[in-house]
Order: sequence, then C-alpha cells, then structure tokens
Amino acid sequence: MILAAAQHIAQQAAQQPVLNQETHGFLSPTGVEIAFLLVGLVTLGAALVTVTTRQLVHAALWLVVALGGLAVEYLLLTAEFIAWVQVLIYVGSVVVLLLFGLMLTKAPIGHSPDADSRNRPVAAAVALAAAGALVWVVVDAFRTTWIDLDGAVQGSTEVSGQILFRHWVLPFEALSVLLLAALVGAIVLSRRKKEEQR
Amino acid sequence: MHLAYPAVLAALLFAIGVYGVLARRNAILVLMSVELMLNAVNLNLVAFDVWLRDTLHAGQALTLFTIAIAAAEIGIGLAIVLTVHRNRGTSDIDRLRDTAEPPQPWDTATEDGATTDDTPTGEKAEATA
Repeated sequence: MILAAAQHIAQQAAQQPVLNQETHGFLSPTGVEIAFLLVGLVTLGAALVTVTTRQLVHAALWLVVALGGLAVEYLLLTAEFIAWVQVLIYVGSVVVLLLFGLMLTKAPIGHSPDADSRNRPVAAAVALAAAGALVWVVVDAFRTTWIDLDGAVQGSTEVSGQILFRHWVLPFEALSVLLLAALVGAIVLSRRKKEEQR
Repeated sequence: MHLAYPAVLAALLFAIGVYGVLARRNAILVLMSVELMLNAVNLNLVAFDVWLRDTLHAGQALTLFTIAIAAAEIGIGLAIVLTVHRNRGTSDIDRLRDTAEPPQPWDTATEDGATTDDTPTGEKAEATA
C-alpha cells in the first residue's frame, strides 16, 4: 500500500513537474536517493581511511570528512537542526579536541607503523561478521519501507525547539547537569596533573 | 527515500567503528572510532524518526542528547588519556597492562611478563608512586 502510494505520488510528480519543483525543491525523490548514496559512499570511504591510516593526524582529518558527510545525510533526511548541531559540535569541537589530544600526547606526525595492534585480523573478522549480520537483517526487515520526505520539514529549528522545550525539558535539564559534571571532572583531572608537575 | 539506505549506511559505519576500536593501538584513535559508532546510531535515530513522523520527535531529541553526551565523553576521555600519558609516557592501550591477569600466578613470572612487554619498570614505579 505504501508502494502504491509512492507510485501515485511519483505519477503526480511526473504529471506536474513544474509544480513539484516549486514546492519540493529541485531534487526529485530519486535525486535525493542518488545524492544520499553518493554522500554515503564518501562517508564510508572516509571512515575506512580513518580507522586504517597509519598517520594519526590524517585519521583526525578524515574523521572531519566522515562527520561532515553525515551532516549532509541529516540535511537530506530533512533534519536541519541536527545537521548544523553535528557540524558545530563534531566538526567544530570534537575533532579539534582530538587534534589537541594528539598533539599533547606527542603523537608522531608522520608514518607510524605501530598504529594498529596485533589483533588486527581478529578485529577485521569481528567487524565483517557484524557488518554482514546487521546489513542482512536491516535489508531483510526494511526492504519494502519508504521514507516520505515530502511535506513539512520535520527537523527544522522551529520544530526541534518546540519539541525540545515542550516535551523533553526535564531530560534537557538533566543533560545540562551532566555537562556541568563533565566540565568539573575534566578540570579536576587536569588540575591534579599540574600540581604533580610542580 | 528507501529506508534501507540510511539503515545500511549506519550498519556499515558501526562495523567500521567496531573494527577501529578493536584494531587501533593509540587511545585517541580508539576514541575516534567510538565517535564513528555513536554517529552511526545517530543516523539510525534520525532516519527512523523521519520515517515514523513521530509527533514527539523522540529520535531527534535523543540524537541531540547523544551528541551532547558524546561531547562530554570525548572531554573526559581525553583528560584521562592525557593523565595516563603524563604518568606513563605512552598512550598505547596495549602497554597499559598493570591490571591485566598475569599468565602465571608466580611473582617471577609476572616480572618476566613485564620485561618482555617492553614496559620500563621505572614508569611502573612512577605510576604507582
């Protein structure tokens, strides 16, 4: 039934292409799928380079590509606010923190042959098994399921703010307390280091 | 859009993160792999939220919470890694074997294990002091 509805929508879109372009942007549904696929391939490749490269700083920089690609995927899924939060928090602060950590632990800049541990084949086997099982189950379960991306945007800043401060206020406040605790914990850890140094 | 696209992408990203956590030796690279796994879960949450058209938008709210918790986790994790680096002079996970079960329960055997593990005893003494 969902398929029939999707076909119906597609027929309508084919009958009224100009109206569809005006109301839903320049990407047709298949265009969104193609864009999602291409950006997903870039994201997967960047993630693979991140976990396999032997240059530690390059790993952090490829992580930027992977996380930015995920932000584009969020945009394609009409979750705008999540996408910009992803760019701000992950690409903006987490990767910078990781780079600072690499510098402060005197990580080798160039080629470091001991970046991978000895249990690399076991890790590859476990990852391949997990990927195979998860992809098989997911494809088998959602083979005939389609996301309806037309209509109102579901993740705009207005919608996110309304649901966050109307229905999720208490978890939000608890999360701010948790962030404060993490801040204090980080300060305590680094203060003890400085006192030991003196 | 077909729901299988984001779901398969999230599954593959999670598997890559699992490989990174298990295969990497540097603690900061392990943290990067953990970030990849968290992002895979976030993509799943957003995709299913958009698919279900949830009126509470629980998936997107949970994604925001996950991003905030990941930021806190990376801060604390890096502080711990820096402390370990200052105490031990290394951030390799393979060489932090103080709490590992010794292969033989004898004291001489543990000393041998420590020396064959390329861990200088001076670092251990400094760490325990």
